Amino acid sequence: MNDGSGPRVATTRVGCDIVTVRDIASSIDRFGDRYLQRVFTPHELEICTGPGRAQRLAARFAAKEAVMKVLRPREHAVPWRAIEIRRADWGGCTVVLAGNAAALARDEQVTDIQVSISHEPEYAIATVVATRVDEAETGEHP
Amino acid sequence: MTEQVIRKVLGEHAKLSVDSTALDPAADLYELGLTSHASVNVMLALEDAFDVEFPDELLRKSTFASVGAIRSALTELGVA
Repeated sequence: MNDGSGPRVATTRVGCDIVTVRDIASSIDRFGDRYLQRVFTPHELEICTGPGRAQRLAARFAAKEAVMKVLRPREHAVPWRAIEIRRADWGGCTVVLAGNAAALARDEQVTDIQVSISHEPEYAIATVVATRVDEAETGEHP
Repeated sequence: MTEQVIRKVLGEHAKLSVDSTALDPAADLYELGLTSHASVNVMLALEDAFDVEFPDELLRKSTFASVGAIRSALTELGVA
């Protein structure tokens, strides 16, 4: 029986995504604030301004989807805003989970989620890695 | 009628590799090219078409996985 006190093993999960910047711009044109507020957090909308706005939002959308791939939500509902991509002091980004996304990470024992994003005028990409700590299989290794 | 509107929305927003009017109701839309971002557009266009709002509880991948799944979600939201 697994009582949680046995040896633990860490594995890595990785997720990536690519988004066409034009698609993000089209959604903003077509659905306006309703699109922006369903997908992005106030922090993300505050950070992503200026002429590169669509590129930067596209990179954040790619990052959210990459986080989804790491969390593996299956039948769990995870709103886009439950995954926030925050600007870090050193110039990169960090991931902050809330609500269902945070609960799912706990259930999946996924921690230390790291993200890297990049964007050009046409495409934005993101890669996410995370650690999953689980009970080790000890049956054949007393 | 509802299914026709769903197919029209899919034709305009889902970027599928096939004609949405000829889709099997059970066909997997993700396998036919629906991306996660396109599913957001599909959701917002469905909200416009049926005057509903998808609550957070329905924001799971399977809600938009097929014409039939979308139909079921809309029924849950009170669309006849």
